[in-house]
Amino acid sequence: MSDMHATSATGAGQKLQFWMKEDHHPANGTLLGFWIYLMSDCLIFACLFATYGVLGRSYAGGPSGADLFELPLVAINTTMLLLSSITYGFAVLEMQKNRKGTMMAWLVVTGLFGAAFLGIELYEFAHLIHEGAGPQRSAFLSSFFTLVGTHGLHVTFGIVWLITLLFQVGKHGLTAANKRRIMCLSMFWHFLDVVWIGVFTFVYLMGVLP
Amino acid sequence: MNTPDLAKLIFGRLTLEAIPYHEPILLGTFAMVAIGGIALLGLITKAKLWGYLWKEWFTSIDHKKIGIMYMVLGIVMLLRGFADALMMRAQQALAFNGNPGFLPPHHYDQVFTAHGVIMIFFVAMPLVTGLMNYVVPLQIGARDVAFPFLNNFSFWMTVSGALLVMASLFVGEFARTGWLAYPPLSGLAQSPDVGVDYYIWSLQVAGVGTTLSGINLVATIVKMRAPGMSMMKMPVFTWTSLCTNVLIVAAFPVLTACLVLLSLDRYAGTNFFTNDFGGNAMMYVNLIWIWGHPEVYILVLPVFGVFSEIVSTFSRKRLFGYASMVYATVVITVLSYLVWLHHFFTMGSGASVNSFFGITTMIISIPTGAKIFNWLFTMYRGRIKFEVPMLWTIGFMVTFVIGGMTGVMLAVPPADFLLHNSLFLIAHFHNVIIGGVVFGIFAAINYWFPKAFGYKLDAFWGKCSFWFWLVGFYVAFMPLYVLGFMGVTRRMNHFEDPSLQIWFQIAAVGAGLIALGIGSFIIQLYVSWKRRDELRDVSGDPWHGRTLEWATSSPPPDYNFAFTPVVHDSDAWWQMKEHKAERRTEGYLPIHMPKNTGAGIIIAGFAFVFGFAMIWHMWILAGLSFVALLVTAIGHTFNYKRDYYIPAEEVARTETARTEELANHV
Repeated sequence: MSDMHATSATGAGQKLQFWMKEDHHPANGTLLGFWIYLMSDCLIFACLFATYGVLGRSYAGGPSGADLFELPLVAINTTMLLLSSITYGFAVLEMQKNRKGTMMAWLVVTGLFGAAFLGIELYEFAHLIHEGAGPQRSAFLSSFFTLVGTHGLHVTFGIVWLITLLFQVGKHGLTAANKRRIMCLSMFWHFLDVVWIGVFTFVYLMGVLP
Repeated sequence: MNTPDLAKLIFGRLTLEAIPYHEPILLGTFAMVAIGGIALLGLITKAKLWGYLWKEWFTSIDHKKIGIMYMVLGIVMLLRGFADALMMRAQQALAFNGNPGFLPPHHYDQVFTAHGVIMIFFVAMPLVTGLMNYVVPLQIGARDVAFPFLNNFSFWMTVSGALLVMASLFVGEFARTGWLAYPPLSGLAQSPDVGVDYYIWSLQVAGVGTTLSGINLVATIVKMRAPGMSMMKMPVFTWTSLCTNVLIVAAFPVLTACLVLLSLDRYAGTNFFTNDFGGNAMMYVNLIWIWGHPEVYILVLPVFGVFSEIVSTFSRKRLFGYASMVYATVVITVLSYLVWLHHFFTMGSGASVNSFFGITTMIISIPTGAKIFNWLFTMYRGRIKFEVPMLWTIGFMVTFVIGGMTGVMLAVPPADFLLHNSLFLIAHFHNVIIGGVVFGIFAAINYWFPKAFGYKLDAFWGKCSFWFWLVGFYVAFMPLYVLGFMGVTRRMNHFEDPSLQIWFQIAAVGAGLIALGIGSFIIQLYVSWKRRDELRDVSGDPWHGRTLEWATSSPPPDYNFAFTPVVHDSDAWWQMKEHKAERRTEGYLPIHMPKNTGAGIIIAGFAFVFGFAMIWHMWILAGLSFVALLVTAIGHTFNYKRDYYIPAEEVARTETARTEELANHV
């Protein structure tokens, strides 16, 4: 009924405008779309965390987290990733000031921290496999390698993207399209940082508890 | 390096043995597909259509063309999936009294797995995605979706997945595990061959497409609605599409993760779902149903929207209870995440857990029931026109209510303990999927076809199709309810008890009737094309529709609307007609449009090769195709010139022609 009143209130006598000449251009569709993508990616991590939650104590007679994890190494690793997030933040600040050179320099620093993180992670993996604690050893190790490795793959992909972006900014400068891409990668990078906080807490810190 | 090693390096485990030339059924199918395929390719070449297809369709980023291509994919795959159904019905009707039938278990198991996978992923999904793609931007008064290139890419990824399933028919074999491939049966120990790998990679490749298209449509609906269209003024189909795509984004990553874990078990020797080393197979069942139950609503919500549009159009009334329809949709969206465990009450989670999931499942029937009442009250005292879409809608309402009630029966855990994995379950979900999704899609095709092609579908053959489907459905599946009560289980290629045969024979007759229904639909398409001049609709609004898609020409121009519509009501076009809103005929501006690109089909092509190589352990080819895929994708990001302007003169030319056409017609 209220709908009918609404129609009669705007009544036939009153002239409603039904067509608009100008294009209707929505802003920031890409950033919203990218956010939604990140949330879907977040669900993949949620599944891997849940899997780790279920299988994280299924050692099958093999080593446990307390036996394997070296917290000092993980601390260094975490620092690398956190620092890379800070330097990415600096890059975005420079982008907002339209300083292309320093922006790119901070991106390079970010990429280097990311690469250091990956290097340490690969070292840790190689070390574990060498000790006979590879992903095939137990369900715990399967879920550990998959969760941490998936995060590592994301960082790898982020670095590939970052290098691509460096070329593109170098070639076309800080155009609107490139700024949008930098913002997307920024969200991606910080998102990986947040996921790592979860990995660090739930896998490593809680894993070394007896 | 000697020759066998080299061959293994290049071809992996693919040998000539993988070609099933000793199986007459497959060979016959292959011959038919090959002859048909060559004939089709030959015709296209002869008519010099390749350039046209490539430029106007394959590389098109126009949501309307992509929508139509999705529909074509869905209908083609429906034929394949239905052929599987016919074979199963024939086998079960024949295999009694010592007759082994014509499908040995090894083959029968592949047939029912392929049937399920194809019908859900490559028939129902493309059909609902195609509908949403075509209709949603038009209903919200937009020029295209938010990410037109991604849309094209998503479509081709779905095609690549479908091609992988089809390839398994002639190269190697498909999974023998049932459509959800539960471990440990789908693990390496029990299924060492390529079947499960075909399953995994076809779903992973298609899943990328589905997820991206979900993201795309959510962003489109949230960001690109015409000015004035608040959330509570969106057409109901757009609402259900929004909820569906939220579900896609929130459910498909779970499937991706779950299948990644299964493939790690199979490829890397991990122990997620194995029986030893601490693995837990039930975790797979939980994960896949956390995706699988929302998937059911992903399929059915859009068609709820379709029925809402059709009921109000053909009753000449505003939809009854718009707000309650929206809330019911949202409630179903949320609840669909809280019921997954009802698929395996027999797992043994204990009485409290089973009660929780039993109760949540029953609660879902409340918003669904509200929808049924809304449709009924919309029809009440309406001026109902029994056009073909309306027939499908009424057929749906009756059939779906029966399916819903058997669903509530299955939601009672003690009853489920008796009916679990019986043919009662099979009858139930076919009852809701055919009675809901399939009927809805045929209703939608009949309803929106004139919008897409400019002429109506032939009503006689449409009615034939409807009645054959409706009667065929009841004849095919009511016996399965009976058999289910008698304790007959699913996924068996023969039974010993001869008293069961009559029910299977009746069911086979039903399948035959459905075949006539599908045949009538294809004849309907052909006859309508033949009679297209008689069936032509120049008004753009053949049914006296209520929403914005009917405000433009049929088929709509590339840019959909020359001027942006301004919305004041949920039935925007109806209101325009009531206000006698004048068509603007001057003051055209250039229109900003995205450019076509071949990147989507090329990347998806590499994804197909990559999937195929992974299935056959062709590591070199897998590596190469993956690198090629990455390079193409990155290369595409270096393309900054993705848009162009349709000049104002061209818009004026198109619109003036339309104005003349409208004037001549009236």
